[in-house]
Amino acid sequence: MIALAFYLFAFILIASATMVVTSRNPVHSVLYLILAFFNAAALFLIAGAEFLAMILVIVYVGAVAVLFLFVVMMLDIDFTQLREGFQRYAPFGAVVGGILFLELLFVLGAWQFSTDAADLRLSPTPGGASNTEAIGRVLYTDYIYLFQISGLILLVAMIGAIVLTLRDRKNTRAQSVEAQLARLGQVESLNPALGQGVATADILRRKLPEPPPPPQKIEHGGHH
Amino acid sequence: MFTIGLGHYLTVGAILFVLGVFGIFMNRKNVIVILMSVELILLSVNMNLVGFSAALDDLAGQIFAMFILTVAAAEAAIGLAILVIYFRNRGTIEVEDISALKG
Repeated sequence: MIALAFYLFAFILIASATMVVTSRNPVHSVLYLILAFFNAAALFLIAGAEFLAMILVIVYVGAVAVLFLFVVMMLDIDFTQLREGFQRYAPFGAVVGGILFLELLFVLGAWQFSTDAADLRLSPTPGGASNTEAIGRVLYTDYIYLFQISGLILLVAMIGAIVLTLRDRKNTRAQSVEAQLARLGQVESLNPALGQGVATADILRRKLPEPPPPPQKIEHGGHH
Repeated sequence: MFTIGLGHYLTVGAILFVLGVFGIFMNRKNVIVILMSVELILLSVNMNLVGFSAALDDLAGQIFAMFILTVAAAEAAIGLAILVIYFRNRGTIEVEDISALKG
């Protein structure tokens, strides 16, 4: 039964991955990519990696694929023009892909675990814990520095994406903090008694500057 | 055949990897599909890591897969941002036009 499910999900995964790379419309490509991620998550579930499966659905389907979808739909691209050369490159790509696949099959056929592989495990699964709990125990102890660095990578990526795509438009209205601060005199600082706050001083109102004196009328003696 | 083992996961991973490489060759002009092919390749690597993790009962593989996911998300965000500003500047995303840095 599990085997049947595995073959089903693996077949849909590979079929949708094929559609990702051969589809005419990039929007369809992104949708097939989402289907591929769902099926990969199902394969992860069969392997017993529940947490990764859920992360795959949340991060890849929820964030990355939707980001792709946004970009594909936002940019006004002539995709038929980009399809030129598709036929020309197909045989070359097929040859390279075929050779690569044959090599991978050779590796798969001739390969076996070393006899002491079980002793060389980096972090054996702690017993008596669910997958998520086990990952948490290992991730926040042995791999805490890598975890923090990956957080930093995400921060840098976020700032980088914002810096790259932000543009200053000339005719938008935005708050200019410097201009506001520099507008009227200086900022007052109060020294209220401890525990009293500034409530006794009522609402703080800065004194408006004195209006300039009205221009004096100078009489010239009425010679006009 | 009817017990799912490591070999099944490695085979699926190999096929996915080859499909990703094939996609890069096929869509030489379309950066968006190339980025999607890179995502497929990263997914195949994750598939291998999870397969080994399950076969060896070792959690390191799953944790590495999680870090790969993190880096892939960052890469997709930066790549698409670069794509957006490139399109804004040039009005096209043809790969063969991207040669401004060539001496």
